[in-house]
Order: sequence, then C-alpha cells, then structure tokens
Amino acid sequence: MVWLIALPLGWASLTVLLGPRRGAWTAISALTAQLWLAFELAQTVRATGTVRHAVGGWGAPLGIDLAVDGLSAAMLLLAQGVALPVAIYARAYFKVRSGHPGGVWFWPLLGFLIAGLNALFASADLFNLYVTLELVGLAAVALVAAGGGAPQVAAALRYLFATLLGSGAYLLGVALIYGVYGTVSTATLEPLLTVEAPRLAWIAGLLMLSGLMLKTALFPFHYWLPPAHGGAATPVSALLSALVVKASFYLILRLWIGPFAALVDRIAWLPAVLGATAVIWGSWHALRAVRLKALVAWSTVAQIGYLFLVFPLLGDDRIALHAGGMQMVSHAFAKAAMFTAAGVIVHTTGRDAVAEVAGVASRLPVTLFAFGLAGMTLMGLPPSGGFLAKWLLIEAALARGRWDMVVVVLAGGLLAAAYTFRVLRQAFLLPPSGERRRVERRPIAVLEWTAFVLAAASVAMGLRGMEIVQLLDAGT
Amino acid sequence: MTGGLLFALTGVALFASGVAGVVLIDNLLRRILAFNLMGSGAFLVLVGLAQRNEVADPVPQAMVLTGIVVAVAATALALAMTRKYHALTGRLELTGDDND
Repeated sequence: MVWLIALPLGWASLTVLLGPRRGAWTAISALTAQLWLAFELAQTVRATGTVRHAVGGWGAPLGIDLAVDGLSAAMLLLAQGVALPVAIYARAYFKVRSGHPGGVWFWPLLGFLIAGLNALFASADLFNLYVTLELVGLAAVALVAAGGGAPQVAAALRYLFATLLGSGAYLLGVALIYGVYGTVSTATLEPLLTVEAPRLAWIAGLLMLSGLMLKTALFPFHYWLPPAHGGAATPVSALLSALVVKASFYLILRLWIGPFAALVDRIAWLPAVLGATAVIWGSWHALRAVRLKALVAWSTVAQIGYLFLVFPLLGDDRIALHAGGMQMVSHAFAKAAMFTAAGVIVHTTGRDAVAEVAGVASRLPVTLFAFGLAGMTLMGLPPSGGFLAKWLLIEAALARGRWDMVVVVLAGGLLAAAYTFRVLRQAFLLPPSGERRRVERRPIAVLEWTAFVLAAASVAMGLRGMEIVQLLDAGT
Repeated sequence: MTGGLLFALTGVALFASGVAGVVLIDNLLRRILAFNLMGSGAFLVLVGLAQRNEVADPVPQAMVLTGIVVAVAATALALAMTRKYHALTGRLELTGDDND
C-alpha cells in the first residue's frame, strides 16, 4: 500500500532529472507497476476486509495511519487505471508538439498528482487528508498552467484561488474538530460525534463540506471548472475531469457516511438540490458551447451533479452508495475518453469549434466511435457503466418514493444525448466543398486507440458491475 | 476568557478577513496576501483551541508546522503564476469573462 504513494513520489522526482523523453517511459512503466499493485490490493481487500498500515511503525495517536477499505481500493484502482492510458496518450501527444513546453513539466507533475491522489484515498485522519488535498490541488493547478498562454494561466490562477479557499475552509473545520475532540482520526471521531455533537462540531462539519464542494465544482461553485478543464492541454483535461474532482467528492462521501453521519441527515436535501440544478445547468451550457473541449468540460459539471443526488438516498441498503461508486468509476473513464477523443479531433483538424468537426466521421472513425461510446455512458444507455449507475440511482430513489429525482436523472440523460448527438451529427456531415480544409495533419494511431480503450472500459464497467459493487462493499 | 480562547477568536477574525480578501480583492498580489492571512487564522485556531488548562498540546503544533510548509508552497506557486501572467499580459488583475 505504501508503495502506491512512495513509487509515484520517487519517479516524479526522477523524471525531472531524466528529461521528458526518458521520463515518459519511466512514468509509463511505473504506472503499469502501480496498476498491478492496486489490483493486488483490491484482491486482498475483497478477501480479508480493510487493510491497515501504520507508517514507519508509529501507531494512530501520534503517527499516521493508512487504511484501505472497499471504497478506497476501488478509487485507487480507478486512479491507476485512468492514469496509465492517459500517460500513454500524453507521450504521443507531447511528442508531436516537441516545442510544447508543457511536455517538460507534465511528467513530474503527473507523478505528484498521482502520489497525492493515492495518499488521499488511503489516508484515515482528517489532517493528513488536508495535506493530500493540497498536494492534489497544487499539482493540478500547475498542470493547467504548464506551458500555456495567458488564458491558461488566468484559468489556473482562478482555479488556484478556488482550491485554496476550499482547503482553507476544510483546514479551519479540522482545527475546530481538534479543539472539540482532541483527535483527527476518522475512526476515533465517528463514535464521539454520534454521542455528542456541540454546535462547534456542526460549524466544523459545514465548513469542511462546503470547502470540499467548492473543490468538487458543485453548482454554484463550478465557475472555475470550464475554463480550467476546457483550456488545459488535452491529457491534463482528461486527468482533471476524470480524477481530481472525484478526489474531493470521495472525501465528501467518506465524511458523510463516516464521522459526520449523525450530523448531516437533516441537510441531505441541500447537495441533492444543488446537484439537480448542476445536471440541468451544466447540460444546458454543454448544448450551447462553441468550443468542443468546452462542451466536454460543461458536461463534467452536469455529471458531477449526479454524484450529489445520492446523499438523501444513502441508507442501510447501500444502493445509493453503489450508484455513487458506479457513477464515479464510469464517468471517470467516459470523460477521459471524451477529452482524449476531442483532443485527437482538435489536433487533426486544427480547429476547436463544434461547428467545424464536419467530415470527421470518414477521417477519424475510431476516434468518433470512442467519442460515441463515451457519450453512451454519459447518457446511460445499456450495457454501459453509466446505465448501471443511473439504474441503481433510480432504484434507490423509487425505494424512497422520490419521483422528483427520477425525473432529474432521466432529463439529464436526455440532455446528455442531445449534446453528444450535436457533435456526432456535425461529424457525419460532409465538409463544406468550397474551401479546402487548411490543416490536414495525419491522425496518430496511439492517440486514437488510447481514447478508444478508455471508452471501451467505460462501457465494460457495466458488464463487470457485480465485481465493482462487491469491492465497494468489502471491509465494512 | 482564557488565553487559548482569545487566540482562537482572533484566529476566526483573521480567517474571515482573509476569505473576504480572497473573494473581493482584484489585485493578485493582495489576494495572495489575503490567502496567507486566512491560513494564519486557521493555524491560530488550531493552536489556541487545543490549549486545555493552559498546557500546550504538541500535536497541533506539529500540524501547524506542516500547514506552514503547505502554505509556503502554495504562495510560491501563486507568485510564480502571477509573474507569468504579468509578463504575458502586463496586468495584475484577472479581468473579463473567459468562460464560454
């Protein structure tokens, strides 16, 4: 388990020395090893339950404890599973842009990002979680800015202040919790908060959760996401939308079902209302977006909304938790696929407008197929992972008689279909015959096929749904 | 009122003014300073509230040390990006709405 954190930290530092060309190979081989480690860990968790580790042999009250249960193991597997294809994509992507300065900094920052994510998923105390949140946030901001022009740096600065504000609120919450209970270990806090929760603990919980919502870009805190995710280099957009927003959502879910379970029952409707608004608002903007990558970024805002619908439905039957887990996993793969496919289209045609993808169907069939498969997951068509997530969500909503949420889920699916078909329809049109297209770069097979693999994975999640649900339930 | 509580209340006031600064101020340098004010406020709460019976608790002090390292790193990144932004545009404010 420790290797999942130590290894990326190590190769992140190594890639600075090796330079981008050898660094890329180091990163890809290390990520392959990490994927295997995460897979082994998930097997162990499924067989024996929660795995614990005291770092450096120091136990809980003084030292740092790591704990991986089913949910953490699933997230660790997801992070390595998305990062490896994106790294292969990034190597080819930056190779054809040998002048792109982003290629130099991508590899070390990728290592720090993955190390932060893995540490976040494995941490079991509130303060350690704060440190990992900051590590993830700073690496993500630097990735957005690296090698970009003024718009990227402006988007990164906006993102930086949003993420610092979010983690600042979280830190103040941690300070209050420590002041009240004298501990930050989540396992110790859970019974303490259930027995007695003074008003200060309430305020702390609200501060921490709203800080994390800002970092997850829940409506109305989403303002920083579209420029940052839509403007960054394509591999960066894919990582940010697939993994980084999931990290803070994972933490909200973890706190919600863990230490704060006793406090938050009465306000569970609030994230659901914001989530429902995000589904509609994000989809609407995706329908109207001019740039292709902005469309995909707005779609992330909408899909994050689904995640927040689960909170009023959480209960003993765990269906809503399964729905949330499935949605995180399938959206991560689908969105990484959509961004990488969009990146191929932008690279080959040299244009970034939705209105100008005409003719892509005949020239980039694999890429367009990947885009369509990813769209299928976002719409929730069977047999994709997105279908299973929405099915579970509707099942949980019906079990509690929440018809309003069923309507939101179905409306969101229709809107997702509308913005996906907006791109597909354009792609099948013939390019305007009068003008010869200016930029005709040759498509690169590695880029096309990594996008396809990610999209196929997002659909295959639906077929392997039972395994994922079993993993989520392990160690509880 | 004990000394610890006084520290904590000061910390909350500092944190609140820091948040107001980060949200309301346009100038990037002043925003970065406001973020540091915010962080210091949170650290003061952490150390102040944890003092029971006027005995200092070492654990939050270790946390604050870690927090300061994080804040320094964040400030350095913010300053580097502000310099880059200034070099590219000649401005020190984020202007306009570049969403689409």
